[in-house]
Amino acid sequence: MDIVVIVMIVLGLFFYFAGSVGVIRFPDFYSRLHPAGMMDSMGLLLVMGGLAIHVATGVATGDPKIIESNDILSAVKIVLIVVFVYITSPTATHAIVDAGVRAGLGPWTKKKSEDSDGKRMD
Amino acid sequence: MENFFLGSAIFLCAIMTLSIYRAVVGPTILDRLIGVNAIGSKTTPLLIIIGLLFGTVTKVNNKEVVVGGVDMFIDIALAYALLNFIAVIAASRYFQKRKGLHDEKATKK
Amino acid sequence: MSSSEKNNGSSEKFRIIPFIATFVIMLTTWFVFSGKFKIPFIVMGVISSLLVAYFSHDLLFPKRTVFKGMSFTWFKFVTYIPWLIYQIVLANLHVLYLVFHPRMNELINPQIIKFKSKLKKDMAQVTFANSITLTPGTITVYLSVYGDYTIHAIDDASCEGLPGEMEKRVGKIFGE
Repeated sequence: MDIVVIVMIVLGLFFYFAGSVGVIRFPDFYSRLHPAGMMDSMGLLLVMGGLAIHVATGVATGDPKIIESNDILSAVKIVLIVVFVYITSPTATHAIVDAGVRAGLGPWTKKKSEDSDGKRMD
Repeated sequence: MENFFLGSAIFLCAIMTLSIYRAVVGPTILDRLIGVNAIGSKTTPLLIIIGLLFGTVTKVNNKEVVVGGVDMFIDIALAYALLNFIAVIAASRYFQKRKGLHDEKATKK
Repeated sequence: MSSSEKNNGSSEKFRIIPFIATFVIMLTTWFVFSGKFKIPFIVMGVISSLLVAYFSHDLLFPKRTVFKGMSFTWFKFVTYIPWLIYQIVLANLHVLYLVFHPRMNELINPQIIKFKSKLKKDMAQVTFANSITLTPGTITVYLSVYGDYTIHAIDDASCEGLPGEMEKRVGKIFGE
């Protein structure tokens, strides 16, 4: 079971790393939201899944064969955190996009237009 | 297993520094907000990993007694996720009232 | 907002079914997060759940909530989640490829697309918008009451499947 936990956490950390690199590399903030908001949710799902499995298989006793009710409760709480983040993360992303649209920021496009004139072109 | 969790916690902290770059440099306010939001979403698993490390290394009366630190830290992590969400909502609602402040290069012209 | 509340204030009754439903949900959440089953904790949980349910039962279940068939809708919604997670993983791998590609600026083509959806119910529209936002590569920028969607997509491959199958599945959940 340890191998499953390690694989899930490493994959989740990789998604987190990709999200951070995407936040740095993408040209404007509309496109930065894709890695920032969504890949972080994916990484959270994987890391929290691994941690929930690890917690559910006996942290309090240290023995994987003895599963206490407290551990199951902690694992359920971790799963609830994931559910909560998956409900709220689209709302947070939409709030940021809405603020950008109302401020009149045009999206970065490939062809140079008047909208993206003052923007940074990498 | 503890070493693995320690390593992943350190790696999470290293990823956070990448997001700090966007929070410091970012051309508009909303870019900084994205950076701060990314840091907050990485803090949630970091807190639980800290709880796992915290709960396993305790000795009482020369006997290895495992103190469950995870429960407490899971509650803290949940509260942090809530707070992160509310902070993003409040900040984006606050800054959308000020037109022109977002594009700092445009205001400098 | 305030005038409509005043108008409805005289005819507003205390509805018992949403109150009980909210109370049960709050108490379950209390027990999951507290994890203690001694008498003082149970009493505190019951008191606070009663207070919260009294104040906010009309927030969780608005006035025109139809209870008939709600559990069936929830069951269909649960069966929708694995497919959504599968789509999220697929789109994540696509964005992952974009992020680590050395010539990323030539590959991406950020664009704003608009389409009109056939979904009518509020919950169906909101579920569809949140599903679009949860899938990496597409973000819902604006959603009107009549079902006009404005989507920001990061490249051509991300937005070619919209509305498509996701709208059909969401419509199947809410019976449209």
